[in-house]
Amino acid sequence: MEDTELRLGLPGTDAPATRGCKRALPEDDKESHAKSSSSSSSSSEEDSGRRIDQETPAAKAQVVGWPPVRSYRKNSLQAGKDAAGLFVKVSMDGAPYLRKIDLKVYKGYKELREALDNMFRCFSPAGEVSKKEWWNGSDHAIAYEDKDGDLMLVGDVPWEMFICSCKKLRIMKASEARGLESRH
Amino acid sequence: MTYFPEEVVEHIFDFLGSHRDRNTVSTVCKAWYQVERLSRQHVFVGNCYAIRPERVMARFPRMKSLSVKGKPHFADFNLVPYDWGGYALPWIEAAARCCTGLEELRLKRMVVSDDGLELLARFFPNFKSLVLVSCDGFSTDGLASIATYCRGLRELDLQENEVDDHGCQWLNCFPDSCTSLVSLNFACLKGEVNAGALERLIARSPNLRSLKLNRAISVESLNKILSRAPHLVDLGTGSFAVDDRAEAYHRLMNCFTKCKTLRCMSGFGEASPCCLKALYPVCINLIVLNLSYAPAIPSDDLIKLICHCSNLQKLWVLDCIGDKGLAVVASTCKELQELRVFPSDIYGAGTTSVTEEGLVAVSSGCPKLNSVLYFCYQMTNSALITVAKNCPHFIRFRLCILDPGKPDPLTNQPLDEGFGAIVRSCKNLRRLSLSGLLTDQVFLFIGLYAKCLEMLSIAFAGNSDKGMIYVLDGCKNLRKLEIRDCPFGDGALLKNVEKYEAMRSLWMSSCEATLGGCKALAAKMPRLNVEIINESGNLVESKENLSDVNKMEKIYVYRSVAGPRNDAPEFVWTL
Repeated sequence: MEDTELRLGLPGTDAPATRGCKRALPEDDKESHAKSSSSSSSSSEEDSGRRIDQETPAAKAQVVGWPPVRSYRKNSLQAGKDAAGLFVKVSMDGAPYLRKIDLKVYKGYKELREALDNMFRCFSPAGEVSKKEWWNGSDHAIAYEDKDGDLMLVGDVPWEMFICSCKKLRIMKASEARGLESRH
Repeated sequence: MTYFPEEVVEHIFDFLGSHRDRNTVSTVCKAWYQVERLSRQHVFVGNCYAIRPERVMARFPRMKSLSVKGKPHFADFNLVPYDWGGYALPWIEAAARCCTGLEELRLKRMVVSDDGLELLARFFPNFKSLVLVSCDGFSTDGLASIATYCRGLRELDLQENEVDDHGCQWLNCFPDSCTSLVSLNFACLKGEVNAGALERLIARSPNLRSLKLNRAISVESLNKILSRAPHLVDLGTGSFAVDDRAEAYHRLMNCFTKCKTLRCMSGFGEASPCCLKALYPVCINLIVLNLSYAPAIPSDDLIKLICHCSNLQKLWVLDCIGDKGLAVVASTCKELQELRVFPSDIYGAGTTSVTEEGLVAVSSGCPKLNSVLYFCYQMTNSALITVAKNCPHFIRFRLCILDPGKPDPLTNQPLDEGFGAIVRSCKNLRRLSLSGLLTDQVFLFIGLYAKCLEMLSIAFAGNSDKGMIYVLDGCKNLRKLEIRDCPFGDGALLKNVEKYEAMRSLWMSSCEATLGGCKALAAKMPRLNVEIINESGNLVESKENLSDVNKMEKIYVYRSVAGPRNDAPEFVWTL
């Protein structure tokens, strides 16, 4: 299975991924050190989200059993985090004030977009565009600031990874957003 | 020694505290062996597969306390498959047949079943103390059996177990006649318990000294409990979710003021920064403080708390304490012996953390520091050299740099020199965990200097077989060696095979050892169990497909007089 995975690095190398990586590739680095063909059936709950850390300077890959923290402790921390909220500011270009939302209450991008739509609809130019058009990005796009301070387009990475790295949300005009997208 | 009658020899043996000393005296002569075995009360079995339970019971018929350990340490990090083994039932059954005088059972990393717990509860009339650490396989039904049938139960201590929640009734099963509890720890249980039943149980337990509640216990309940148990020494607070403006908060602070004997605290599962102030009345008396399960409390609030804790000997915190917070620990906690700093952010979303500075500060400020577990994002050789100079008395040093194979950020060099300084300076070091970028050189240092080392954990380190060979040849007291993701192969595995009989176990995963190497080892050393753990597909089928040059994903080698296990699952192959 590793052979068909997209990886950074030359074929045949299996060094740990320690390269900076802004765009998340579905890199299955937890087996990058496996020398024989064994998939780890003991991969724990946290690996199923296939999260890849995007902390500079290196992309820390999710390796099974690393860091060496007991599952009990990992689960407890997660339970604690689930209990606490994850509030981020949301700004919209042109709106007079910002809002704050708790990312933990949404299950995914669709719910988030709907919630933002409800919150900011009052700021859309009245009567000029229908709600559907406004939301489908013809007029606006949602971007977020990650922990490195970079402005990223919402929707590229898995949801769990997004909520870990999102510090601020920004609803921007589509014309500006095109500049972001073209950086692919 | 034939001058002394047996009673005298037995009395002399009473002064031998450690099981190792007792093991040693029992090898002197047959007479001593007999006296020793009939008088040994505490039996410790470090590896449940090293010996059959029946033999242990036969040798020590008057055993009162039994400790058994099951799965290898790396099972804590999901490296050992779920149903690998480590079953407690054979031990409980064997004891039920021969040693019904058993009073205390301590199990670590074992699979315990509700049936086993029921057997324990019913067949041992003097049973007093059950301690389960990192175990699984049982539910609250098993706990109900213990509560119901163990007359005179003194201790029920559940540490970090995975327990299935079958309801909260188990606590109600303690009969009204049960008044003997000294220690009750159910912090790891996820479900609710009946608060009223708990309060009544505590009210009729005048000897209760240690109580660790789970997250389900509210602060209101905690207040009631504390008012009935003011003589507690060790408290796990449960959720501790309270607003400092609430009535409950003021009552809590009031309760703490009355708890003059409180020395150890843990829990804080949902503590918010403001409610930590309620602890100020007890801080000066605390010697153990475990905040490592508290959600990320900002450094400044932790600092305000730590400032009051000048008698702390053991501190477990999350890395959100920051280097600044550790500097305060260094200047306040002059009695500190053990420090553990855990990562608050496993997936690296980049919140505040600690660096080498925090560790250096504590090493410099706390003269009694002898045990460290430190998770950080970076470490430098010069910091490690400084720490080594400041703390020559380390017995445990475990450093985990979260980025595997990361070099010294200042020099881009491996951390060989830093760890080398640690082992050179800390002559009594018994346990060491390495991380960061490391070459064979660090193992040369370890083999040369770490003469007291008993346990070594290695990950993503070394260049060649030489690394592992240095360790096996040099560390005379090595008992446990666990290795993952290192380039050590058959050359290292087979260089010093006799060594493994002097050790408890060797674990190697994601290394370079092959099936051929493992077979050679098993052939040379019949008193070792060489287990291959191969999870990909059905091992029985793939055994034919495996050639000697295939690298083995997980190898577990341990000395045993019991022969190959008879309870191994399909994916475990004992050569």
